[in-house]
Amino acid sequence: MPGSSMNIVIGGEAGQGLVTMGEFLAKALVRAGYEVLVTQDYQSRIRGGHNTYAIRVAPGTVRCPRESIDLLVALDANSLFLHADRLAPGGLALVDLAIGLNGAPGLMIPIKDLCPKPIFENVAALGVIVRLIGLAPSWIEGLIGEAFRKKGDDVVAANLKVFSDASTWAKDQLTHDGPGVQSAKAVKFSCLAPSSRSEKRLFLNGNEAIAFGAMAAGANFCAFYPMTPGTSVAATLISEGGKMGVLVEQAEDEIAAINMALGASYAGARVIVPTAGGGFGLMVEGVSLAGMTETPVVVVLAQRPGPATGLPTRTGQGDLNMALYAGHGDFPRAVFTPGTPEQCFALTYRAMDQAEKWQSPVFVLTDQFLADSSRSVVPFDLSDLSPVADPGLSPEDPAGYERYAETPSGVSPRLIPGFGDHLVVSCGDEHTPDGHITEDLGVRVRMVDKRMRKASGLMADVVPPDFTGDEAPSILLVCWGSTHGAVLDAAEKLRFGGEIVAVLHFGQVWPLDPDQFLPAFTHAKQVVMVEGNHSGQLAKLIRQETGYAFKKVITRYDGLPFTAEYILARLYRTSIPSPSKEIS
Amino acid sequence: MIPIEQYGDFETAWCPGCGNFSILKALKKALSLLDLAPHQVLVCSGIGQAAKAPHYLRCNCFNGLHGRGLPAAQGAVLANTRLKVFAESGDGCSYGEGGNHFLAAMRRNLTMTCLVHDNQIYALTKGQASPTTAQGQTTKFQPGGVPAMAFNPVAVAVTMDVPFVARAYAAEIDHLADLIVQAAGHPGFALVDILQPCVSFNPVNTYAWYKERCYKLGPDFDPTDRQAAMEKAQEFGDRIPIGVIYRGARTPFEERIDHGVQRPLATSRPDLTLLAEILEGYA
Repeated sequence: MPGSSMNIVIGGEAGQGLVTMGEFLAKALVRAGYEVLVTQDYQSRIRGGHNTYAIRVAPGTVRCPRESIDLLVALDANSLFLHADRLAPGGLALVDLAIGLNGAPGLMIPIKDLCPKPIFENVAALGVIVRLIGLAPSWIEGLIGEAFRKKGDDVVAANLKVFSDASTWAKDQLTHDGPGVQSAKAVKFSCLAPSSRSEKRLFLNGNEAIAFGAMAAGANFCAFYPMTPGTSVAATLISEGGKMGVLVEQAEDEIAAINMALGASYAGARVIVPTAGGGFGLMVEGVSLAGMTETPVVVVLAQRPGPATGLPTRTGQGDLNMALYAGHGDFPRAVFTPGTPEQCFALTYRAMDQAEKWQSPVFVLTDQFLADSSRSVVPFDLSDLSPVADPGLSPEDPAGYERYAETPSGVSPRLIPGFGDHLVVSCGDEHTPDGHITEDLGVRVRMVDKRMRKASGLMADVVPPDFTGDEAPSILLVCWGSTHGAVLDAAEKLRFGGEIVAVLHFGQVWPLDPDQFLPAFTHAKQVVMVEGNHSGQLAKLIRQETGYAFKKVITRYDGLPFTAEYILARLYRTSIPSPSKEIS
Repeated sequence: MIPIEQYGDFETAWCPGCGNFSILKALKKALSLLDLAPHQVLVCSGIGQAAKAPHYLRCNCFNGLHGRGLPAAQGAVLANTRLKVFAESGDGCSYGEGGNHFLAAMRRNLTMTCLVHDNQIYALTKGQASPTTAQGQTTKFQPGGVPAMAFNPVAVAVTMDVPFVARAYAAEIDHLADLIVQAAGHPGFALVDILQPCVSFNPVNTYAWYKERCYKLGPDFDPTDRQAAMEKAQEFGDRIPIGVIYRGARTPFEERIDHGVQRPLATSRPDLTLLAEILEGYA
């Protein structure tokens, strides 16, 4: 039940090493058998400012961030000032003696005494944290060994000593008041409940999972131009994909990135192009070219709040319309919207397959929250992956080969050039079945019809939305993408309060098959859409496609991820400015 | 040698008398001399009359977007270095809309040949100035004369140490064919800027204009001398040198990256055992 999790928030300036410290702690917790969900909030700057690395941890499932804080590790005075009021009853702040608690409940760590050099400050803080939360020090010690081994045994030993000294210092500040409860300067602080899981978990974020899903499906070419929050997909393909034979090229701009990818795809590579809204704006003509030339390409569109540069490092779900409508002219596409790292892996894998199978652009929509949200992840089952569609290398009749042969499914046999005598002619102008430019308007109509026939195939392959809860609920919460976790948490809290609740999550928002969700809408007393934009983009899409009008849409567009608290606070608010939308 | 007929003979959408015809003829001749069968060749193009060239030639063709022939071509080279890849388009496409790609392609230096039909005008859109239109030249769209200075692709390529830089004149078919043969045989990025009259929209740079000015570089010119090359690259007025302007020896991109391009990406399959090992590192 809610309340069994602990929320640890590390706050400080960029450049203070809070991410490194957070990753140590989170990974140690995962290894110790806890479930973990990280939320990163940072600013568009290299040094200074204010950033947080929040770890929500529990022996059981954690699905989304929590607003109240149990342990606030403030690396600077600003972090204490900004977040002390979020401390939950029994929560503690940890600060350097030099900063002071300013009235907040907590502990002041004599960092200078514990560290021979400032570089050890974060390890010292970890020593105090593990003692407070009741995590066995060996989990951190193991990670210190792994991280500093390359720097030499001296460095490992020095770090272990600081860690141990800090841990001992923390021990002296506490007295045990009973199982799991310790006193720190008269403030009670509850340890983490013991973990029970023994199966292994991975510790990775949404963008890493996307990169791994792509690699599992055979992605071997990525062209990208750096843009937060899409960049880490490319970063993972570079750091981990080299061994897998993945070629990653940093293009001169996003236009080059998608056109390079299309050239590579045409020549037989399996391609993925990660970007964010602004960069995707530049790629739009390329998307249209992929549609016209029927060249497979997977675009990862990692959302951040727009328009324009917007909030470059924050989260949102405002680019659904863009993924749906990018590109002039009619051509089929699919849009996947994973909600967890597990889904990032599975749906990117599927996106790679669908792009090749239907020779169309396919989108994976993620966002900054999920991109940066490292979690304990059930290891991917690589032994049970369905085969990915393949292009052909050579035909039986090379002379008669036509790249755009008309077929009942609309899918023309796609061959790769250079592996036989056949010629592959691809063209962004309207073309005859052999790929050459035509202005024969009859052929034009037949080719549009051919391309659009693939839409039926894409529709037949749609991943149905995920339904959980009561078949006839009083409240059905509908969502897509990374919002799923917060909605599930909200549903759990509602159930705890006696409501009959169900949740419907779209992991694919295009094409839409109404039979897969309209019945669920009609069985619910109240249907509420929850999405991270101002206009209710999926709600509007569903209305456009089915006529179904959502009476309530809970939106969020302040750049932060949804939480259960946020949803619940708005669910019962009655004074809403318009009948179809709530402005928060 | 592959018979020229193998590259086909197609009806075109070009104006009678267009320089494109001789460029196409020279390209076919060069492919034949290079002994490249149509299926071994990929021509990536952009948009414009020049970009239609691969439709009038039996070869593999990726006719993409305006300005984006170069990125597509480079993607194809990275995917399969065994394909003989050409990017072919006009001056507007290659130096205007695709200007950033042109600069990046020179820096990257993948082994491929960039053929630019440089008629110093936008013709398909009916006569606007292109990046290579002379400063001061009047057009219907720049009635007061082109205010901006002309782009000199050859000089920029020499500056960037592009391994093979040539200037050609469309009407000198055999000379052009020979330059294409040399370009396609040179490791790294090769630029052949082909001066070409536009009989419909460029009343200045006519056949007579070029004939009076173009002269072939002789054996006394050493294209490996970069200073001399820069001088020739900047000679564009009463006299215009054609031939190999510069020949360098930069290591091609594909030899500077250590994985992925040893074999065509189309034939690679993911090693899931290896992937499982990599994922272990995240535990």
